[in-house]
Amino acid sequence: MKRLVNTFVLITMILIFCPKCLSEEPPLRIGFVSFLSGPASSDYGIPARNAAMAIVSSLNAGAAPNPHNMRGFSGRQIELVFIDEAGGTTKQVTEFNQLVLRHKVDFVIGYLSSANCLAIAPAAERLKVLTILMDCGSAQVFEENNYKYVFRTRSHATMDAIAGAKYLLKIFPEIENFSGINPNYAYGQESWRDWNAVMKVLAPKVESQSSHMTKLGTGHFNSEISSLLTKKSQLIHSSLWGGDLKAFLIQAKARGLFKSTRLLLVAGEPNLQKLSGFIPDGTIVGARGMSSGMLDNQSDLNMWLKSIFKKETGETASYPVYSVANAILGLKKAYEKARLSKLQKAVPMADVAGVQEGMKEAYSPPNTQQIIESFENLSYETPNGKVSMIQGNGHQAVHGTSYGVTRTLEGKVNIENILFFPAKEVQPPGNTKSLDWIRNRLPTRNP
Amino acid sequence: MDRTLAFISIGAVTLILSGYAMPQWAVFLTTVSLCYGTVVLGMILLVRTGLVSFGHGLYFCLGAYAAGTLKPFFGLSELVFMLIAAILVTTITSFALGFLLRKYRDIFFAMLSLAFSMILYGLLSKSTELGSTDGFNVTAETAFGIALSELEYGRYLIFVITVGTSWLCCTLLHLYLLSNKGKLAEAIRDNELRVEYLGASVNNIIHINYVISAVLAGLGGALMSISIGHIDPEMSYWTTSGEFVFITIMSGSSSVIAPFLGAAVFTSIRSFAYEYSPDTWQLLLGVTMLVIIVFLPEGLWSLFSKIKKKGSP
Repeated sequence: MKRLVNTFVLITMILIFCPKCLSEEPPLRIGFVSFLSGPASSDYGIPARNAAMAIVSSLNAGAAPNPHNMRGFSGRQIELVFIDEAGGTTKQVTEFNQLVLRHKVDFVIGYLSSANCLAIAPAAERLKVLTILMDCGSAQVFEENNYKYVFRTRSHATMDAIAGAKYLLKIFPEIENFSGINPNYAYGQESWRDWNAVMKVLAPKVESQSSHMTKLGTGHFNSEISSLLTKKSQLIHSSLWGGDLKAFLIQAKARGLFKSTRLLLVAGEPNLQKLSGFIPDGTIVGARGMSSGMLDNQSDLNMWLKSIFKKETGETASYPVYSVANAILGLKKAYEKARLSKLQKAVPMADVAGVQEGMKEAYSPPNTQQIIESFENLSYETPNGKVSMIQGNGHQAVHGTSYGVTRTLEGKVNIENILFFPAKEVQPPGNTKSLDWIRNRLPTRNP
Repeated sequence: MDRTLAFISIGAVTLILSGYAMPQWAVFLTTVSLCYGTVVLGMILLVRTGLVSFGHGLYFCLGAYAAGTLKPFFGLSELVFMLIAAILVTTITSFALGFLLRKYRDIFFAMLSLAFSMILYGLLSKSTELGSTDGFNVTAETAFGIALSELEYGRYLIFVITVGTSWLCCTLLHLYLLSNKGKLAEAIRDNELRVEYLGASVNNIIHINYVISAVLAGLGGALMSISIGHIDPEMSYWTTSGEFVFITIMSGSSSVIAPFLGAAVFTSIRSFAYEYSPDTWQLLLGVTMLVIIVFLPEGLWSLFSKIKKKGSP
């Protein structure tokens, strides 16, 4: 009996004076979903996976700069489970179920495709697992739904159109007409719709001449280029990306389309360096958020991200790398905040048994509910600058964006005349639908 | 009592009972397999008739959209109505298209059906009201008037309904295949001219079989949309139809149980391939297909018939 009491006292002492001794906790498992095959893999999915590996191993070693310098997630190591995002929504929802129910992941991070995001969100609610959509442009996710377990740490695509139009009118105020070439699926259609709506408000006299909707993944743009050549518009708006964008640029350049026409690429930044030699000088490019080449951000966090990504892959960090950083660092911050607030709230009890239970509870990892509470309306530092989760009832990120024009020097594409647009100028305030906001209340800075 | 029928019924009851004890991920995989199985059930009816459709995604997608659009258009979210809507829409469409398709055979039938499914894909991708390529979410709020909102119970009920529907389809198709009309299917595959001389109308039978297989695909699509909770035009894309052909070849057409076996193997292989080799899961599926074509040209089901033959010479 005496032995038992001794042991009990010893354990209690350890718990009080050496909380670290308890931290032999199992690692946190994160399901990470990105395109590992198909057209979106080379520019988006695979860099994203590599970035996730680089970031997690650096975080696990505690090598990230302030304020993310704690090992893992407040001392807990992180483990990643990778899944391919290709194959359509039916497979994605099935595999999401497998990730959560069979693999027992604690969180899921991922998804580039808007269709997948829309399909995954209700599944995440059903399974009650905290899910971070790291990309997907569709504004629909939070504008038409109210989710509890779903967060998105990137802004939606509306700002691409608004900031793009503002930038265009600033550097090229005498523009008279434009045409568009966009991929024929939801993102491309939305992008063109928003662009027209914004231009109608900001520059009603500018004429929209022709619109081409090309099949996603088509390799040839000959008829579209012919039509664009005869139209001789001053500007071509395009949300083409990846292989499509490259094919279009190669074919259009060969036929001299850009001699008289300026190009505006709303999604040009992610694979900019791969376009060296094809992309005409003076092309207006944007990327949602402040990304690698866009803003010469000298912060420790940005330097850290660039260097670990370079070490892992030998490549320069691009758009998807920053998406991953936003998602993982946001979750880390929310997790650590939840843990800290649990500790602060803990009240030591008077009797010995109470202390043990109280401390155990205070030091135990936060549950999903507590992490969600601390994630909502969270503001945190990322390599991109500050991200605030203030839209969609605290679940949708808000951050600024920037636009610039390209100039190729010695085979490297540089971006000049960069302009930064703070979030409130280009993103609708909470609970306002993007299109309504553009049509009715778009703030005009320099009328 | 027919042995196959007994086997189907025992299988269905076993599934419903074990669904209670199975881990949730297994219940989900089984539901998805059953949906695929129901679609492939229709495919094997066509294969027996000597036709391969490369466009059954058309009815899979139509069924799903018929079920899914009930809510936004009519404010209905009762599971039974969803299934009825899927049956109605696919019956009408396939009956109309059947007049054209029944005149074609072989690759022409395959390509024409593919063309129709891609037309639907094109139409849906252009309709921004229905979410374009992003699609939209589908929720069945009630089943037979019972609210499904409670997590485990609701999912289990959807599972039971899926098992029940598959059981019903399977049984009815088996009975149809045993009937005179059903037996003519294989006769048409072997020699159309003789069937005509026997006094049966080849065109009519092909038409009927086509409609039946379309309805099965529609039901599969509707059930899938309910358990997945999201639909998009991808369901009508040729790769989806290709998956059905894949499972059909894998399972073989000699029994109505084969499609469910094939679908279960397909979804499990895909799921585990996703997990263990996220970079090369397509390769694994391809290798499986090759192995089956080389070693089991009659499909997975021939494994069982071979054993049966060995057992009772």
